[in-house]
Amino acid sequence: MTVETPDVLVVGAGPAGLAAADAARKVGARVALLDAAEDAGGQYWRHLPAQRPAAHERVLHHGWDRFTALRGQEMLTNAQVWLAERHDDRPPTLHVLVGPADGRDRVRRTFAPKALVLATGAYERTLPFPGWDLPGVFTAGAAQALAKSERIAVGRRVLVAGAGPFLLPVASSLVRTGAEVVGVLEANGWPRLGRGWSRRPAELLATRHKAGELAGYVRDLARHRIPYRAATAVVAAHGAERVSSVTVARLDPQWAPIPGTSRDVSVDAVCVSHGFVPRVELAVSAGCGLDAYGAVVTDHDGRTTVPGVYAAGEVTGIGGADLALAEGVVAGLAAAGATASDAQRRSRSENQRFAARLEAAHGIRPGWVGWLGDDTTVCRCEEVTAGDLRAGAAATGSRGLRSLKLSTRAGLGVCQGRVCGRTVEELLHRHTGGLLDPGRTEQRPLAAFVRLGELAAAEEQEHQ
Amino acid sequence: METHRDPVRPGETSPITIIVDGAPVRGLDGQTVAGVLMGAGRLAWRTTRNGRPRGVFCGIGVCHDCLVAVNGLPDVRACQRRAADGDSISTEEQA
Ligand SMILES: Cc1cc2nc3c(=O)[nH]c(=O)nc-3n(C[C@H](O)[C@H](O)[C@H](O)COP(=O)(O)OP(=O)(O)OC[C@H]3O[C@@H](n4cnc5c(N)ncnc54)[C@H](O)[C@@H]3O)c2cc1C
Ligand code: FES
Repeated sequence: MTVETPDVLVVGAGPAGLAAADAARKVGARVALLDAAEDAGGQYWRHLPAQRPAAHERVLHHGWDRFTALRGQEMLTNAQVWLAERHDDRPPTLHVLVGPADGRDRVRRTFAPKALVLATGAYERTLPFPGWDLPGVFTAGAAQALAKSERIAVGRRVLVAGAGPFLLPVASSLVRTGAEVVGVLEANGWPRLGRGWSRRPAELLATRHKAGELAGYVRDLARHRIPYRAATAVVAAHGAERVSSVTVARLDPQWAPIPGTSRDVSVDAVCVSHGFVPRVELAVSAGCGLDAYGAVVTDHDGRTTVPGVYAAGEVTGIGGADLALAEGVVAGLAAAGATASDAQRRSRSENQRFAARLEAAHGIRPGWVGWLGDDTTVCRCEEVTAGDLRAGAAATGSRGLRSLKLSTRAGLGVCQGRVCGRTVEELLHRHTGGLLDPGRTEQRPLAAFVRLGELAAAEEQEHQ
Repeated sequence: METHRDPVRPGETSPITIIVDGAPVRGLDGQTVAGVLMGAGRLAWRTTRNGRPRGVFCGIGVCHDCLVAVNGLPDVRACQRRAADGDSISTEEQA
């Protein structure tokens, strides 16, 4: 098979990857830009497909002009990178399947770039609660994706809940897709939010764009009279075949539900997000070091701990699209052998402070386990409950994450623990009094589900 | 939402029909299989080993809750696969 050898290979065509590829191209590098999705834009600039171009797409987006300027680049979409093959003396070789998602006849391509930029973004973390596996319970991002790229509202009467500023754009796009949003519930109380958001306003001024964007969402809430409640969470969802109501309760500062404060709200959908998890499987396969939050460690030029491998955007820590763009420019330049200007570096570090504040104001607190029941599903794929995890830890007396996962099956299903991995690890950590091998959750040899048949067929073609 | 009231003003698109467990379901060109199913009012289509109904959860290809078989090929994420006119979808052949 021919191995393609661009100067810079960028994985991910979200804000970070688009900015990185563009910056590298502008200083003369030969760049290949890949994304598993059918369209560029990543999670932030999700939009209606080319078959159904919208006249007013920009009403759902911030920075749409920046996107239209970046999206014209040459790129390979529908391109799933499924394996990063590590080498000692050069960046990894990436193996890619190109064609319709999860198809059987995709074309295999291989890239051995001189420099690699990983801009694979993040996915949401949703904490389990009783009934969260009922149809009608969605991640907030699912509501966002269906609104932005399908114009489908996930329900008629929808509650948005969890933690973080991301709940606001979700409520906003739900109302613009015709849903009634009955409320936005933030798990953190006003004292913590106030500390996180109002201290050192100079830092927020540096990210003026983000502040303006937030103000727009707040206006949307006011216009549609959508209540925003702090220190409140969805602690259970009810229904037979689908959600018909949820129980909401007040939380203490550690996110433990306060007894006697719960009430039921009738809804036909609920969208829940408690934060984001960086999508690090390729970075881990490539050997890149991670920080305490499981994000890829980078220096001020976006270099990871592996020579020739750079990272940008939410894979390096959660901080929003502005930060992803700024990091993309810096990493793209460095990967192409150029150096970012002081102003470009400054924009990156100013935005990074926003990320730290986000974590301070909205990071998950341990009291949430108070809303788990023994029969609450934790691992959705293998249907392992919170009680199964506790019993598994007690029965085996093991403190090994690996062996406990094998005995309970938690995190071993088809999503490879992407949805429950961190939660399983945290729960087992408590039940065992401390795991001997924490942090293994992020290790997945394959970055995507692949069919052995598909690989075998590709192999055969090559040898004919 | 009804197109004429949609602030995004989606352009004209051609209707498509896919066959879901033998019955025709209408959707729009450019929608994913999950989009067509949800547009037709279906919230769940897969059944877990313990008999629980599932549909879209993450919407971005991560959770694998939304799996269907497309033209005989199982384990396709409905939220990631663009529907093609005439596709035959089965919700019953999952492992
Ligand atoms: C579901 C979801 C919805 C969001 N919606 C909003 C919003 O409305 N407003 C907001 O302010 N923030 C939103 N965010 C936060 C948002 O992700 C970031 O602010 C921004 O998109 C980060 O940019 P990025 O380039 O780092 O990553 P992303 O935009 O996530 O882009 C990463 C890209 O990498 C691709 N990729 C990943 N792995 C592979 C692989 N193995 N092979 C090939 N391609 C791969 C993905 O397909 C994706 O397109 C959302 C996040 C999520 C998870
Ligand atoms: S809904 Fe999660 S993969 Fe499709």
